[in-house]
Amino acid sequence: MNGAGPGCGGRGRGGEAGVNGARGTGAGAAAGRTAVAMSGGLDSSVAALLLARRGEPVIGLSMLLWDRSHEAANGRCCGALDLGDARRVAEQIGIPHYTLRMDREFREHVVDPFVDDYLGGRTPSPCVRCNTYVKFDLLHERARLLGAARVATGHYARRVAGEDGWELHRAADPGKDQSYFLYELTEEQLAAADFPLGGMIKAETRALAREAGLVVAEKGESMEVCFVAGGVREFVEEEARGRSLLPLAPPERATVVDRDGNELGRAEAPYFRYTVGQRRGLGVAAGRRLYVLAVEPAANRVVVGGADALAAPGLTGERLHWITPPADPATPVEATVRIRSRHPGVPAHIRPLPDRRCEVEFATPQRGVAPGQAAVFYADDRVLGGCWIAGPL
Amino acid sequence: MGGEFTPPAGDSCVGPVHAPVYLDHNATTPLDPRALEAMLPWLAGRHGNPSSIHSAGRAAREAVETAREQVAALLGARPPEVVFTASGTEANNAVVFGLAEAAGYRGRIVLSPLEHPSVRKAAARAAERGMAVDSIDPAPDGVVPAEAVIASLGGDVSVVSMMLASNELGTLQPVAEVAAACRERGVRLLCDAVQAAGKIPLDVADLGADFVVLGGHKFHGPLGAAALWVRPGVELAPLLVGGGQERRRRASTPNVPALVGFGRSAELAAAELPERRRHLAGLRDRFEAGLGAIGGATVHGRTAPRLPNTSHVAFEGVEGEPLMIRLDLAGFEVSTGSACSSGTVEPSQALLAMGVPRTEALGSLRVSVGMTTTEGEIDRFLAALGREVASLRELLGGGRPSGVAAEVARA
Repeated sequence: MNGAGPGCGGRGRGGEAGVNGARGTGAGAAAGRTAVAMSGGLDSSVAALLLARRGEPVIGLSMLLWDRSHEAANGRCCGALDLGDARRVAEQIGIPHYTLRMDREFREHVVDPFVDDYLGGRTPSPCVRCNTYVKFDLLHERARLLGAARVATGHYARRVAGEDGWELHRAADPGKDQSYFLYELTEEQLAAADFPLGGMIKAETRALAREAGLVVAEKGESMEVCFVAGGVREFVEEEARGRSLLPLAPPERATVVDRDGNELGRAEAPYFRYTVGQRRGLGVAAGRRLYVLAVEPAANRVVVGGADALAAPGLTGERLHWITPPADPATPVEATVRIRSRHPGVPAHIRPLPDRRCEVEFATPQRGVAPGQAAVFYADDRVLGGCWIAGPL
Repeated sequence: MGGEFTPPAGDSCVGPVHAPVYLDHNATTPLDPRALEAMLPWLAGRHGNPSSIHSAGRAAREAVETAREQVAALLGARPPEVVFTASGTEANNAVVFGLAEAAGYRGRIVLSPLEHPSVRKAAARAAERGMAVDSIDPAPDGVVPAEAVIASLGGDVSVVSMMLASNELGTLQPVAEVAAACRERGVRLLCDAVQAAGKIPLDVADLGADFVVLGGHKFHGPLGAAALWVRPGVELAPLLVGGGQERRRRASTPNVPALVGFGRSAELAAAELPERRRHLAGLRDRFEAGLGAIGGATVHGRTAPRLPNTSHVAFEGVEGEPLMIRLDLAGFEVSTGSACSSGTVEPSQALLAMGVPRTEALGSLRVSVGMTTTEGEIDRFLAALGREVASLRELLGGGRPSGVAAEVARA
């Protein structure tokens, strides 16, 4: 027999072209191997395409994060449907592809804290946590076991060689910049990272996908919270009941109070439906616009006030992190701080405190300092680090 | 395409260094060129619906009936007892659902965690409609004790399912012993022989089951052709209704080319069985003998009677998933257990039920050889396996589970 059986003839993977010899011959190939995280979305698919075109050995890795394949409204980005797209793109561009099951870790590090944050009166930041714990801590470790020296992702952020090593910078496309979500990377992770899309604008990314005929070329943007298919409130309630954090009975509607504790009425929903800065869904008429100033889980209360009351002179932070740790961790730092992903940033004075806590003083008061969100520190385009917001100063 | 299907001598036909070595024959096998030869006229040139009365239809029917004779011969059965299906899954589903419906979804199904998902999940669905399911764990050697199954019979048990050979471990199950007890008590017995057919002798009279399932692509036949043998006189409601094909047991226009290839591969397997067993067992034994050099390897089910081609092995301090991927990247295709459609790795329920610890269950590889496997391939595989296991052991630093390092660093 000839050519029909395995072991006879070259059965190529991903077409005969064999763009990429990721199926290397030995240690030499392994040393230069790059793993690319593939979600099945447009961005990571193009990141993989760009790497494959460099001609170095590349392997595609997808993470099965949230297995809700039985649900009709399957969440983007972490659903099984998109992993099928990732597999198809990998075949199209001729790289080996593997799916790693990480749903337990995703639940532990992202989904459960998301629910805990709502129940604790905080505003969750699942994307920061997912990047920190899943895409970097876990995926880097798994990729290392596969002999990969680097992990590339489709993030819009740039890695720049600086005097003290690798620096994390904003992306070239300001509308797509995702550097905010990456502030918890370590120096080592940044050194082993690769952001092929960092210098591109979104339109270029799509044009590349179209030109290469990728099956995902016309895909839209991923949803904000990829694992929530329906309403957030229903999701939080269902998860909380599943973990016995809430009784089975429908939770009571929250009491709405002003800053002096005067009761203004009953809210439309229980406290965990509200986050700091929220204006809608309060169900209390006061003749002026009211915003959520604070959420008090124990009392099932929501504190509200006017827009002026929402402004805070600064914030207290915890789990302070610097990508490149400073020589003296106690030295105050001047930086621009973004207190949520869409925040334009404000000059601020950062005072490190013991136990990785800190105080951040804004140059001008800022609205919507929400516990649970990340405050990220920038020096121009460079991300220095950040902290988790504990509360207003 | 040559006319014979013997393993190539040495490595003479291995051209490029990167030619992947395929050691996952329990997932599927390469098509025997002789089966392909039989199929080709039915893929290009000849056509015909076996139900048609005209000449083309009659010719197609003749081809299908020849295939039925060939498959029946592999089973020691008579041709009319063989019902063709599109897959082993379809046949297993048809039996479980058919019997459950006949029982009015009352009574009890007895099976084990070794059963293929097409049996276990079908039983689970029957359970949703009211049937009870008893699962009997295999012993640590990978064999479900016959006496435990027999002890569970009686009362309202109406169906027992016991596969002949485990797809994961290759261990043979005491089907004949269980069959005798089932017969005495009027309990129906389904035997999934998909992994066993073509690798060990198979005779429906010796097995004593009421239903036997086999599929061609596990013994170098084409995908998409399988068979269900039904004991004469046993009733089974059809899963598919429509035309009256397969004696009204399975409506559908038959997949003529696949069935022709299935028939031919069954004929060849029956004729070459002794040589095949020798060839497969020789390769498996060569592989297992070489494991000593790697160290810390445990072969599951080794003490039990096994298929000649399957070796299920765990390496101390190593996870199966990265090992399997590293081997694939190095050009060696194996499985971490039974293949699953999402392409991810889950610990095998069967191994857990045998008492294998979770970490060891996750650290297992299934190596299954086929008729095209050569000794040279086994030797090269052993060398690569030794390298990859050593690298992983070094990276994992004594078996620390992945992900821990970064979490420790962050904390």
